[in-house]
Amino acid sequence: MISREPLISLENVNLRLGDRSILERINLSVERGEIVTLVGPNGAGKSSLLKIAIGLLRPQNGKVHRAQGLRVGYVPQRLSLDPVLPMTARRLLELTENEGERAIAEALRDVGAQYMAESQIHDLSGGEVQRLMLARALLRNPDLLILDEPLQGVDLGGQIELFALIEKLRTQRGCGVIMVSHDLHLVMANTDRVVCLNRHICCSGRPEAVTQDPAYLALFGASSASALAVYHHHHDHAHDLSGACLDGEEMAQSNPTTPNDGLEAEERESA
Amino acid sequence: MLEDFFLRSLAATFGIAIVAGPLGCFIVWRRMAYFGDSLAHSALLGVALGLLLGFDPSLGTLAAAVTFAALLFLLERQKRVARDTLLGILSHGGLSLGLVALAFVTGTRVDLMSYLFGEVLAIGTDDLIWIYGSAGLALATLIVIWRQLLIITVHEDLARAEGVPVARVNFLYLMAVALTVAVAMKVVGVLLITALLIIPPAAARQFAKSPEMMALIAILVGALAGVFGLLGSITWDTPAGPSIVLAALALLLISLAVRPILSGRG
Repeated sequence: MISREPLISLENVNLRLGDRSILERINLSVERGEIVTLVGPNGAGKSSLLKIAIGLLRPQNGKVHRAQGLRVGYVPQRLSLDPVLPMTARRLLELTENEGERAIAEALRDVGAQYMAESQIHDLSGGEVQRLMLARALLRNPDLLILDEPLQGVDLGGQIELFALIEKLRTQRGCGVIMVSHDLHLVMANTDRVVCLNRHICCSGRPEAVTQDPAYLALFGASSASALAVYHHHHDHAHDLSGACLDGEEMAQSNPTTPNDGLEAEERESA
Repeated sequence: MLEDFFLRSLAATFGIAIVAGPLGCFIVWRRMAYFGDSLAHSALLGVALGLLLGFDPSLGTLAAAVTFAALLFLLERQKRVARDTLLGILSHGGLSLGLVALAFVTGTRVDLMSYLFGEVLAIGTDDLIWIYGSAGLALATLIVIWRQLLIITVHEDLARAEGVPVARVNFLYLMAVALTVAVAMKVVGVLLITALLIIPPAAARQFAKSPEMMALIAILVGALAGVFGLLGSITWDTPAGPSIVLAALALLLISLAVRPILSGRG
């Protein structure tokens, strides 16, 4: 960790699509070895923000700075391959500018997907496809992994497995990770930094801090504050510096009558 | 029975099958069947313009198909009108314009049926050169862009993120389809071209385990359909183009029936 230059940084980025303002005054950076997770309601601009990071969208103003020679590995939102296109998992990996058999075998092993190499992709489960796409992204030797809702269509066991895998890759390869996720529980337990997005950045920081931020509570409802608590108790009890425990007073301030957005509904669906 | 005209017809259908198989696979994978249809319809306008303005109808067909494909490529970038609506407008606009324009060409010179359903049994040596030249060019183009086009088919944004020049590859692909449609018109005519593009890949899907395998089997099915269709056409004196399409259809049905037996899923 000598070079502390961020892998990517966005400065005061604004994005409009047509007449609609999608993102406003976004400041965000991702460091090497850091996991940053974007949360926020539907239409908050999470995917657009990722697309800016990848370079698929160009913001109207603001600066996007990428570290020199930055290699990005992109895992798109739920790939659903039409069954009319026959393709094995291995073939999909061969469709990259890859370094051959060995690199492919290694990427498959890294995500624990050797066994599915010869399977047809449309026979794989949601979680398996995501692991495969992750392997594909790894083939590019990325400095930065960008994942758009990697948990969509993945069952609970698969979700936990997938997060463990992302964590492992971060440690092994030292790459930065930026992802969008809907599942607050898992996010809070598996990320270094949470960015709460609703067109602008409402709040961001360590999960412990964000879950107590009034802006976060207003967006997700008071019940979501427990998202962290549940996991926290499994891990440790270091209710640390930000530690003013969430008490009744704060709960009241944070306007628990805020109607829940689609987020919880989606969680239920995927569960 | 193996007279020269029959061999020429056979050679023509082979030429089409070789390129229609792989190109058709992408049409099936990318759900573009309607696009092939629209291209073919617009090709009729090219025939009419060629006859009216005094240049070769084959050239007119090619020009119309290429122009249509380019037009669609540009129009697709706007988001106000959906793709299928756009195709419908261009397709039937082109077809009607072509039919009306043909009415201005003095009647005896035009056999509308031959354009609508093809005249494969009347194919000459110069036609063969034209067919193999164009089909060869289209196939070469497809081979060059194959890998990139496959990634785009799997996930367009992913392809873009990985640095694939999506617009350029798509454009080349559309041009290859336009070229193929223009030459296939000689064999099966305006109304049945799409059948040659999508039926062989549909049959091939039953047996294929990889994209390349599907393309190769589609070529085989297309060629077989050519043989059986032409033989049937001569034996029973039926129109050749539709007979080839029917043969392809029969092969598709057989493939559907055979697959469960082969895989033991019966």
